[in-house]
Amino acid sequence: MIEGARWRRWIFFNLPLALFVIGLLFPFYWMMVTTVRPDAELYRPWMAPNYTPFWTLNPTLDHIRYLLNKTLFNRWMLNTFFISVLATVISLFCGLLAGYALSRLKFPFAGSLGTGIFITYLVPQTLLFIPLADIIRNFRLGDTPWALVLTYPTFLIPFCTWLLMGYFKAIPRELEECARIDGATRWQAMVYIVFPVAVPGILSAGIFAFTLSWNEFIYALVFLSSPEQKTVSVGITSELVRGDVFYWGSLMAGALLGSVPVALIYSFFVEYYVAGITGSVKG
Amino acid sequence: MAVDSVAAARPYVAAPRRGPVTRILENEHWFAFFLLLPTAVLLGLFIAYPFVKGVLLAVTDAKVGVPGNFVGLQNFAVLMNDSIFRIAVWNTILYTVVTTIFKLALGLWLALLLNRHFRGKALTRAFILLPFIIPTVLSTFAWKWMFDPTFSVINWTLFHLGIIRTRINWLGDPGLALISVMIVNIWRGVPFYAISLLAGLQTISPELAEAAAIDGARPWQRFRYITWPLLLPVTMVVVLFSVIQTFADFQLVYILTGGGPANATQLFATYAYQIGVGTGLLGEGAAISLAMFPVLLIVVVVQLLYIRRVETH
Repeated sequence: MIEGARWRRWIFFNLPLALFVIGLLFPFYWMMVTTVRPDAELYRPWMAPNYTPFWTLNPTLDHIRYLLNKTLFNRWMLNTFFISVLATVISLFCGLLAGYALSRLKFPFAGSLGTGIFITYLVPQTLLFIPLADIIRNFRLGDTPWALVLTYPTFLIPFCTWLLMGYFKAIPRELEECARIDGATRWQAMVYIVFPVAVPGILSAGIFAFTLSWNEFIYALVFLSSPEQKTVSVGITSELVRGDVFYWGSLMAGALLGSVPVALIYSFFVEYYVAGITGSVKG
Repeated sequence: MAVDSVAAARPYVAAPRRGPVTRILENEHWFAFFLLLPTAVLLGLFIAYPFVKGVLLAVTDAKVGVPGNFVGLQNFAVLMNDSIFRIAVWNTILYTVVTTIFKLALGLWLALLLNRHFRGKALTRAFILLPFIIPTVLSTFAWKWMFDPTFSVINWTLFHLGIIRTRINWLGDPGLALISVMIVNIWRGVPFYAISLLAGLQTISPELAEAAAIDGARPWQRFRYITWPLLLPVTMVVVLFSVIQTFADFQLVYILTGGGPANATQLFATYAYQIGVGTGLLGEGAAISLAMFPVLLIVVVVQLLYIRRVETH
C-alpha cells in the first residue's frame, strides 16, 4: 500500500512497527532476564561500569528454586486455577442461558433487562469492594475461595452474556423452528441445536472469562487474608515484598511463572481472543 | 441419508409424553424467567445488594466491626474539605484524560500499521496483545523493577543515548510519579485499542480509499474523510470502555506507588482502599468509592444513547 521509494517504507512502516513491538514486549524480556540473573548482578547500580542490562553470563535458577520451595507459590497457583475455572464455568452457564433468553425470546421487560445487564458490565470492581467485603463477611465467606468464586461472575456474566448474544443473533431462527416442528421442547432446541452452533462464541467467552479471573486483583486482595488462601497476584504482592525489601529475583520468577497458564491458553486460542475483544466492543 | 442419521440420533423425536416441568418451560415467558434466574440471583446478590449497602454505609460512621450510626451526608462534607481527596479527584481526571488521548493516538497508529499486508502479520498481532493478556499485577512488577532508581534499565538506556545526565527517580519524585504510572497504563492499554480498532478498520472496504486515491485524495485526506468517519462508531465504544476502566483503576497505582509519594499518585480507588481497608473507616471509604459513581453514570448514559442512535440509523 505504501507508494514510493524503499526508504519511505522503512520510515513510515518498518521503523514505527519495530519500535511498537520492542516497547510492548521489552518488560517481558526484562522479566525473563531478571528471573535468571544472580543476585550479585541483580543489585549492581546502573551507573556501575560492569552493569550488563540486556543479558547475563551466569544464569541461575536460584530465584525459581526459592519461589517453589520457600514460598507457597504452588498453592497460590492451584488456588488461582481452582477459582478461575469455577468462576468461568458458573459465568458461562449463566451467560449462555441469559444470552439465549435476551436474544431469542419475547417476554415483558426484555429490553430493560438487557440494558440492566449491559450496565452491570460497566460497573468496575473498585466501586463496590468495600460494601461487598462487608457482605462477604456476613455470609461467612471471608478468607475462602468461595468469596471469589461467587463474586467473579458479577463481572464475567455480563461480559459472557453480551458476547454470546451477538453469536446467538447470528444463528438463523429456521434452524430452531425445524427442531421444534420435529417435536423438540424449547429446552432441547436450545441445548441441542443452538448451543452447538455457538461453540466458537462459547470458547471465546470461556477463555476470556478465565483470563479476566486470573487477572483480577482487588477482590482477592480484600477478601482473602491468610497466605495459603491467596491467589498468585496477591500472594506475590504480599509475601515477596517485606516492608521495603523486594525479593526482585523471585518476584520476577513469580510474575513469569504466574503468567504461564494464561500465556499458554492465549497461544492456543489467539483467534478466539481477538474475536472476544472485538465482540465485546461491538455494542 | 444425512437427514435420516440426524433424526435417528435425536431421542426426543419419539417422546410425546411431557412432564409438568417441560410444560411450564414450553411457555415462552416462564422459559425466559428460568433462564434468567441464575444470572439475576448472582447479580442481585453481589452487585445490586452491595450497591444499596454501599449507599447505606456511606451515610454512617461505620468502622470495621462497628456497625456505626446514621450521620447523613457528613462523610461527603468531610471529603469536600479533605485536601487529599481533592488531589485524588484531580489526579484521576488527569490520569484518565491524558492516558486516553495517548492510548487512542498510539492504538490507532498501531492499528493502521497492522492493517497492511506484511510477512509475519499474524505472529506480530499475537505478540502485541501480550501486555493486555498477561495479568496486570505481574507485568506491573516488571515495570516497577525497570523504574527502580538505582537499578533502572531505563535510566541506563537514556544515559547511554545521551538523553539524561543524572539518575531519574521515576516513582519517587512527586512530579514524575504520576507520569510514570501513566506510561505503564498507556503501555497496557495500547494493544486493546489497536486490536479493537484494527477489527474496525478491516470492516472498511479498501475500494473506498482506492476510489478516493484515483480522485486524487492524499493519504492524510483519505484518512480524514474516509477511514476516520467510518471508524468512529468502534472508536466511541472502545474509548468509553477504556475511560471507565481507567477512571476506576487500582492495581497499577497500588503496585507501583501505593498512592505516594505524598499522595502524588492517589486515585479514587486507591484512596478508597486506603481509608476503607487500610484505616478501617468503612463509611468514609464507601463514600469515596461512591463519589466515582456520577462520572461513571454519565459515561454509561452517553454510551447507551450513542449505541441506540447507531442502531436506529
